[in-house]
Amino acid sequence: MVKLPIYLDNNATTPMDPRVLEAMLPYFTEKFGNAASRNHPFGWVAEEAVDYAREQIAKLIGCTEKEVIITSGATESNNLAIKGVFEMYAQKGNHIITLTTEHKAVLDTCHHIEKQGAEVTYLDVQADGMVDLAKLEAAITPKTILISIMYGNNEIGVVQEVKKISDIARKHGVLFHTDATQSVGKIPVNVETDGIDLMSFSGHKMYGPKGVGALYVRRKNPRVKVTAQMDGGGHERGMRSGTLNVPGIVGFGKACEIAMLDMEKDSIRLSALRDKLEGALSQMEESYVNGNKEHRLPHTTNISFKYVEGEGLMMAMKDLAVSSGSACTSASLEPSYVLKSLGLNDDLAHSSIRFGLGRFTTEEEVDYAIECTRNAVNKLREMSPLWEMFKDGIDMDSVEWAEH
Amino acid sequence: MNKIYLDNAATTAIDKEVLELMKNTMEFQFGNPSSIHSHGREVRTIIENARKTVAKLLNTSPAEIFFTSGGTEADNMAINCAINDYGITHAITSKIEHHAVIHTLEVLEKKGLIKLSYVNLDEKGHVDTKHLEELLANNERSFVSLMHANNEIGNLIDLEKVGDICEKYNAIFHSDTVQTMGHYRHDLSKLKVHFITCAAHKLHGPKGVGFLYINHNIKIKPMIHGGAQERNMRGGTENVYGIVGLAKALEIAYAELDEHQNYIQGLKSYMTEQLLANIPGIGFNGDLDSKHSLYTVLNVSFPASEMGEMLLFSLDISGISASGGSACSSGSNVGSHVLTAIGSPSDRAAVRFSFCKYNTKEEIDIVVEKLKELVLVKV
Repeated sequence: MVKLPIYLDNNATTPMDPRVLEAMLPYFTEKFGNAASRNHPFGWVAEEAVDYAREQIAKLIGCTEKEVIITSGATESNNLAIKGVFEMYAQKGNHIITLTTEHKAVLDTCHHIEKQGAEVTYLDVQADGMVDLAKLEAAITPKTILISIMYGNNEIGVVQEVKKISDIARKHGVLFHTDATQSVGKIPVNVETDGIDLMSFSGHKMYGPKGVGALYVRRKNPRVKVTAQMDGGGHERGMRSGTLNVPGIVGFGKACEIAMLDMEKDSIRLSALRDKLEGALSQMEESYVNGNKEHRLPHTTNISFKYVEGEGLMMAMKDLAVSSGSACTSASLEPSYVLKSLGLNDDLAHSSIRFGLGRFTTEEEVDYAIECTRNAVNKLREMSPLWEMFKDGIDMDSVEWAEH
Repeated sequence: MNKIYLDNAATTAIDKEVLELMKNTMEFQFGNPSSIHSHGREVRTIIENARKTVAKLLNTSPAEIFFTSGGTEADNMAINCAINDYGITHAITSKIEHHAVIHTLEVLEKKGLIKLSYVNLDEKGHVDTKHLEELLANNERSFVSLMHANNEIGNLIDLEKVGDICEKYNAIFHSDTVQTMGHYRHDLSKLKVHFITCAAHKLHGPKGVGFLYINHNIKIKPMIHGGAQERNMRGGTENVYGIVGLAKALEIAYAELDEHQNYIQGLKSYMTEQLLANIPGIGFNGDLDSKHSLYTVLNVSFPASEMGEMLLFSLDISGISASGGSACSSGSNVGSHVLTAIGSPSDRAAVRFSFCKYNTKEEIDIVVEKLKELVLVKV
């Protein structure tokens, strides 16, 4: 018997791995020191733990410990990367290129620096969510200092061709930042082979704790610098001040270590489960999978069920914890801007559900989810006059609705 | 050998009750508070209840409490956003503020956005309020940042008095209350302060979480963008267990406040007496008067000797953890900016001992005995 509700919203946040919690606990209790205390063992023990965690984090993404700046999470990392580069490279230029499908943490930050004189190009993506590389290259101007393109999309799971993007950035001497919050720990991400200059990611999306994340900042070829956005004691080599969240960092490190060990196993298992779920649901009439299916995170699928309203659908399948977009925007009833960027109309964007599987998702749960979703969609469609019209063969797109 | 921890101004051990509550959240309440399904709604409720707890203790409204990643972020947010959003061109602070305040203001000064004035300090290191008034009277609308208690020497400012002065000159008043939150009662229905800050790990709560109080008359825009969290004031998935721990830590601190204040002040006075009685030439940095001094901090000034530089090291060898100044700058070789500012003689060695509810009189005896040994042998 499965335990309800079933959690299929692992793109919003993941439960903490018990191994992570276990690693963290001693740093709340007997090893509680401030990592910046240099005069006594309480401080040294905390600092050693942070150094070790930094190594675990660095190993997962293929960089050195000194290139890992610890933050309070991916949102802060994105803020630091974009604002930090904008301020540090002001002499060189003020132009930044990003995508319309980025997370709010990138988009809102870009909107903010526009008010301070930045010029930002928001590139549309193709219908499958992939960036058009020729368009990207054409958007580069002599004033371009940064390309910020996410690694894997949080709503549709589409994974960009990061290496090709970084090649273009390199060719034009432009820095490349990627928001890899959904990808690190799920698929192989390597800052060297991927040619990444700055990268944001966080603990709680990979079975680690909330309230901790990191920004990778390249130190060689080229040496990248960012202007600090929080000043104080000069922690994190001056790039991010504030007492280090030692237990959080230890947990983040452990989550990275586990990810390295379990990634392959997890992704094979999860993509099989995801395919099962997606296969079953996309067999339903008038259901569409959103985004590129080749270049995609193994645990994510986003499906639109035409003639069904997403919020209503979520209400109708209370046994499933899923979302109709990103958690960060889910309080609003606006249709997903990511799906609209793919060219979906409001109705179809409104009728989409994101399924995010995770390390602790079982096949039983997926089977239950399939049944539950099918039943809910069918039930709602039975009550829908639009569905009835569709079944009667009326071309819905040709109907002109009267204003009222 | 039992280790003795007297560096509670750097960070404190977490209260077991706090950890228990956090552990439960970490294990069972893992949702993202922005998700609209039950996993999300459950943790949203937890966060809002924590906010209510904090607000109630401080006698203010939950709408004025904004959770952050800690004290440094809260200070940065108050300073940067208030100065930027209100078009402030003049700021007043003191030379003994925490680096989270001084460095943030210096950056704004360097960018040419503000003129920065430092209020004079008297011989004990207290803010000269007459000078503060002069600075306020002779400049445009000012931003004032003065910490409630100094983290190195423990000097307290009179929050009510400074608040009244700031109000008289229509200044925006920010006070870094990281060292006093949970150690004194802050009645925000009476205090004329626009911003105060908290770092949970200074009051037996977790690291990585704090809050900024923003008075309802002040409207600022966020510092960290992206997402509608904290009522559009602070983007980023909330550190749910951290917030839970913060609220619990503050609740415990308030419930036991008087008892602990008496107890810890007792330890501090006892140590002061013992040092005076046993070590000739001993002195103290900052004010010792309990009305004007944080009861958790005692900054001891040892007579000049060859032992000076080695004191902390020798204490550590004996299992005693103290500090030379703030943890945040203890890695650098630069002397304490606070001691320099108050004119403490540089040939004397300063050691900060900072206490908490878990320390005992017996521990103080051991420390004083050790100090006697270390200092007297060498003189």
